[in-house]
Amino acid sequence: MILECKNLRFAYDGETVLEGVDFSLDAGNYLCIVGENGSGKSTLVKGLLGLKAPDGGSIRFGEGLKPSEIGYLPQQTQLQRDFPASVREVVLSGCLNSLGRRLHYNAADRERASMNMERMGIEELADKSYQELSGGQQQRVLLARALCATKKLLLLDEPVTGLDPIATGEMYNLIKLVNLCDGITVIMVSHDLHAAARYATHILHLGQKQLFFGSTAAYKESSFARRFLGGHRL
Amino acid sequence: MNMIVRMLSYPFMQRALLVGVLVSLCAALLGVSLVLKRYSMIGDGLSHVGFGALAVASAANLAPLAVAVPVVVVTAVFLLRLSQNSRIKGDAAIAILSSSALAIGVITVSLTTGMNTEVSSYMFGSILSLSRSDTLLSVVLSLAVLLLFVLFYPRLFAVTFDETFARATGTRAELFNMLLAVLTAVTVVLGMRMMGALLISSLIIFPALSAMRVCRSFRSVVITAAALSVCCFLVGTSFSFFLETPTGASIVLANLLVFAICAIIGKK
Repeated sequence: MILECKNLRFAYDGETVLEGVDFSLDAGNYLCIVGENGSGKSTLVKGLLGLKAPDGGSIRFGEGLKPSEIGYLPQQTQLQRDFPASVREVVLSGCLNSLGRRLHYNAADRERASMNMERMGIEELADKSYQELSGGQQQRVLLARALCATKKLLLLDEPVTGLDPIATGEMYNLIKLVNLCDGITVIMVSHDLHAAARYATHILHLGQKQLFFGSTAAYKESSFARRFLGGHRL
Repeated sequence: MNMIVRMLSYPFMQRALLVGVLVSLCAALLGVSLVLKRYSMIGDGLSHVGFGALAVASAANLAPLAVAVPVVVVTAVFLLRLSQNSRIKGDAAIAILSSSALAIGVITVSLTTGMNTEVSSYMFGSILSLSRSDTLLSVVLSLAVLLLFVLFYPRLFAVTFDETFARATGTRAELFNMLLAVLTAVTVVLGMRMMGALLISSLIIFPALSAMRVCRSFRSVVITAAALSVCCFLVGTSFSFFLETPTGASIVLANLLVFAICAIIGKK
């Protein structure tokens, strides 16, 4: 068990936005969190990262994982797209949580950054500027950064938003590869139910409360999936 | 050559150059983060508050820097809080605060000493305005700013590039935003004696913008901005010394020229 959420509830200014979230994940699972806009996906992400305290229930991490050791890939902001930074600088900043009391990165951090750039196939881009990259390349840089921050759990917030179909497919494959080859647990927030059903082992469907949690196979048979897709079957 | 020796032989020029180089360095380093975080206007707002504080301090016969530094630091923290609170629009708050502070300063001045050369030097800057104790304080504070920037460089980069990610990995982003605001406040007050309240924000914004036209990595932007800033300061100050033009305005024009050159190089 790497993550266990028990009867979680989140509220803003006393108004409950998400409740009844109750699930657990084992190491190596691939969870997709789906739901419409405003269903509480982003709130749950903030909760898992420790950026928002739950107003009820508990979050427990297993296998020695700390919230600050989650490899997080946030949604990109406009500000970042034209940020003057080299790919190497961005990836290296993923080692931020291993700095501890140190002030600067050491050789081991740099080594880890290089390794993760290689893993994502962006080592040739290392000295390129982040702002000159395509959307798909930028996402791979951010995934490499997330991998620098974690050995166990990736948390991806809509990682394929704005990507073209080819880049989207590449991104999904890279994530699945990391999940299968390195045994890293993946939690991905997604709008894309078809991709979720194809890649994930588990699905969490939110709509201000937990509507469904279970294996992907069970989800495909459930009424929630059909309703979400407007009557179509996965 | 002779003229440069002559310029350096005046004690007030030595002081001005020493403080100016240090403050230009600080402003350029902080400016990169501020411009990228879209906080440029904070520097402008702070300078007007600084003017108000200096005017009140001189009317009350208090040491100008000892009053202005704490006032502006508190304002910086306050402005940062406002811009993080999405319900109040940060830019509107800055506009209100800076014009109010300017008004308070001007009223104070007109009721007491009147618009004399000292006040004019606060508005438009003067290399003559640095006293011996100001110099010492300026050197100490600007060295502190430089040291903190270098020590926390990886964290400042992370917080500038992606605050959410930095927060998620356990970095106390508010703390580093606060550090940035406080360092900026100190730099603004130190710089405004020389540059003038109306022109100091250009010292923060111009070098970063120029460097961003030609450089592609964060580190090179920071180093280039620092180098350009110091060069523009030296050129502008010398120009002002020989032609007896206002110092602040001369430095701004030097920066404008460099920005234009960088923009042309960057287009290619």
